[in-house]
Parts: sequence; structure tokens; C-alpha cells
Amino acid sequence: MKQLPEKFVRALKVPVFLLSLGPAFVLTWKGFHDGLGANPIDVITRTTGRWTLTFLLITLSVTPVRKLSGLTWLIRYRRMLGLFAFFYGSLHLMTYVWLDKFFDVHGMLHDIAKRRFITAGMTAWFLMLPLALTSTTGWIRRIGGKRWQRLHRLIYFSAAAGVIHFIWLVKADLRRPFTYGAVLLALLAYRIIAWLVARVRARRMLAAQQTVRA
Amino acid sequence: MLIKKPGDIPSSEITPKQSYLTRRKFIAGAAVAGAALAGGFYLREHIDSSDTVHAEGQKLNGIVKSPFSTSESPTSFKDITNYNNYYEFSTDKYEPNGLAKNFRTRPWTVAIDGLVKKPKKLDIDAIMKLAPLEERIYRHRCVEGWSMVIPWVGFPLNALIKAADPLPSAKFVAFQTVLAPDQMPNQKHPDILDWPYVEGLRMDEAMHPLTIMAVGLYDEVLPNVDGAPLRLVVPWKYGFKGIKAVVKISFTDFMPPTTWNKMASDEYGFYSNVNPQKDHPRWSQASERRIGEFRKRPTLMFNGYGDQVASLYSGMDLQKNY
Repeated sequence: MKQLPEKFVRALKVPVFLLSLGPAFVLTWKGFHDGLGANPIDVITRTTGRWTLTFLLITLSVTPVRKLSGLTWLIRYRRMLGLFAFFYGSLHLMTYVWLDKFFDVHGMLHDIAKRRFITAGMTAWFLMLPLALTSTTGWIRRIGGKRWQRLHRLIYFSAAAGVIHFIWLVKADLRRPFTYGAVLLALLAYRIIAWLVARVRARRMLAAQQTVRA
Repeated sequence: MLIKKPGDIPSSEITPKQSYLTRRKFIAGAAVAGAALAGGFYLREHIDSSDTVHAEGQKLNGIVKSPFSTSESPTSFKDITNYNNYYEFSTDKYEPNGLAKNFRTRPWTVAIDGLVKKPKKLDIDAIMKLAPLEERIYRHRCVEGWSMVIPWVGFPLNALIKAADPLPSAKFVAFQTVLAPDQMPNQKHPDILDWPYVEGLRMDEAMHPLTIMAVGLYDEVLPNVDGAPLRLVVPWKYGFKGIKAVVKISFTDFMPPTTWNKMASDEYGFYSNVNPQKDHPRWSQASERRIGEFRKRPTLMFNGYGDQVASLYSGMDLQKNY
């Protein structure tokens, strides 16, 4: 169904929201039931990190899927999915700040400067921050659609920094971070191709108009 | 309407009574024989071998305590066996336990070669009788920043070296893990690490009384996940020096290659002594998370074994020789 009635679009937001909350729920439940294994903080760090990247990639796939399938109503869930990427990213950051560093500001600044994987991770989170803050309809109006869109292209750089963060922290066996990297590359490649195609079409249109005029 | 009369079954197709009786007997006989055979295999696995084969979980007898043990409380058996790096099985620390369950540790021989009077092959059960088995409760510090306290059972490596009878020209000891890609799934992926896993020690490090070959954990035969049937334990070095499932020990007059050093020489040196002042290029080594504890604790020089081993490295620049 290409055009979904408004009623359904709204109703579907509830299960999408609950499903997106799933990983956090599972983690919390395991935490209270001795399910996080020998190193719970490590599990929390890795799980929240992976879901941050996963939600970034899901958010980035909304446009390609929408364009290719014609399911235009998918756009209505993009903001929520993007905010969930920010939500898991913030949990991930909190795990580091609280459970790893115990709010040792000096130690964290040292890390950010010296540990390149932490530099990359911090960059990824800080690039998400303005996007989360300006995600409301009010802010879109205030900034203006075109400029808002341009600002929100920061998500490409945030996702890239996230993947680099993952690659840089792995000791050996890069299969997992490379999988995320490959999906991200495919999603970015789609945009480049779409942009090129649009440009060529626009030029042809222009050329056609000029011939008509002449 | 035409009703076909069923044709008589030709007598040639009727099995003679004698014949089918024999067939039944044969089937019954085969079943009995099969059961006997299976039973035989079962007995061979479980009875015949009970005095030689050391199956996972079996109690080890005659273990003596050691003054080298720490009085810190050991990490639980569950955590030691469920949180562990064993890249041959998985790069995930939670998976090796399940994947190593059916790993075959018998028959098992260890080849001794290189600069020795006489190269030989020792059977694991003979190796286990080389010296009295001791309980050694050691701190274990992983290069990733977590640590445990592990009650190993083993014997000093120097007992094995004496039995190997190396030549005076031997300056280093090289170790090699078994290459068994049919049992160790990641050995089919040469991009993960350069298999088989190899490690090495300088002769004085190998002869040091703290250095042991472990064959047990918590008074039981060493679980497969922790490197059964025979693994190295060097408590003042990062955990990855403790090579698992050893099948070859060679004596050399040159510093032998080591797996992680080949993988990233700027991150993992030959010595890999625990050193809070020498950070891993990508993360700090100043503190560690002891499994079971909430807050991190400071990492100690030589993992707290400085009194015993610091003299091995006197005059060496440990920032360069990491």
C-alpha cells in the first residue's frame, strides 16, 4: 500500500517506538537477572554502541527505501529512528563517562586527545547532538527547510565517525565493523548516484527547454 | 462392470519360511552385535581409559599448595570459563566455552625440538607426571584491561625444560598451538590471525619458578576453553602470552616470532610484561577492571610480581622493550 491512511501511520508509531526500545529493555532486564555475564559493563558498552550504529544505518536507509519502493509514508518514522540513534549513542557515552571513567574529567580529556578511537566516538556523538536538538517541527520552521536539511547531512559524518570508531577499537577480526562500513558505503553511494542522476536530468530538461525556445 | 480378479502371487516371490527366519535371526544378530560394538566403544571411552584420560571436569589428585599463590579471592569458575579470549574458536569472549566443548584433547603429544640433545615427542599423560601438580593462584591481566584471579593447577615449566635437555646454545623457548581447523573454526580464516598461534619466552623467563604449564583449574582437569590439555601461564605478562593447547616446544638461539607481535608490532611486543606506565597505543594500561568488581583498580607493575621478576629486566628500557 503506497498511500497509508493517516490513522495507520499514527497508530504504527506505537509499535515502532516499542520495538526500538526493545534493546534497551532487554539489556535492563538482563542486568537485573544476572544475564550480562562476567563483565556487565563491557556488555552494556558494546550493546549500546552497536545499536547506535544500527539505528544510524536504519535512519539513513529510510530515504533510499522510500524512494525505491514508493512507500512515501516511511518518512514519518525517520525522526523517531534518528532520535533512537541519539538515545543509544547517549547511553553508550554515559556508560563510558560513568561506568568506565567515573566522571574523571581529566582522564576523559586525556583519552579524547590521545586515544583516536575515543576521539572518533566523541566526534560521532557531538555531530548527532545538534541534529537531536533541532529535530522538532518548530526548529525546522525556524531554520528553514533547505538549511535544516543541509544541517542534517551531518548524520553522514556522524555515521562515518561511528564506523571508524568501531574499526579503531577492534583488536583483530574486522568482520563486524566492516559489515557496518559496507552498509554505510552502500547507503551513501545511493545518495551520490541519485544526486548525479538528478543533475543529468536537470541538464537535459534545461537543454530541452532551450531548444524549444530557440 | 469388470472386476479384475487379483492374480495369484507367483510362488517364486514367496520367501521360503527357512529363509525369512534366517533373515530375522540375522537382523537380531546384527542388532546385538551393533549394541555390543557401541557398548565396547562406550567402555573404551569410559572405563578402559579412566586411569589415563583426563576428561574435562575430572578431579586431579595429589595437588600441593604453593607459596607463590596469592591470597586474593579467586574469580568464579563460571566467569573464568565463560569470559575468555580464545581466537581459534571465536573473537567473542562469551563464545569459546560452547565452541570448545567437543575439542579433542586425547591422544595428545607435545613435540620437543630445536636446540636439544635429542628431539622427542612426549605424551600429555607422561607430561602430567613430570613433576608434582601444584595449585598456583595467580593474578591474570588481559591486555584489554580486565583481570581475574585464577587458581591454576600445573607444574613449573622449568621441570619440562630439564626433561627436554636443551643445549647450552638455547637462548629462547618457542611454543606453538595445535593447528586443527576442523575443530577450531577461526583457523579457517587466516585474516583473523596468522595460524597456528605461536609464542615465546627468553630462557631465563621460561626457567623462572613463577612460569608454569597449566593442566588444571580449580582442582579439575583444565577445561577446553582455557587451553586444555596444556597451556602456558606467565603471571607477570599480559594474558595473550599464555599460549593454549600447546603441541610444540622448540629451543632456539634467536628471539622467536610471536603471533600478536606479527599482527601489530607497535601494539604488542615480544616481552608484553604488564606495565601500567606503558600504554597500549590505543588505550591506557594504567588501570584494570577486576571481573566481579564495579570500579576499576590500578594496574601493578609486572602485575604485582615485581619482587620476583623485576631483576630479569634490570638495565632494560621497558618503554622500548614492551
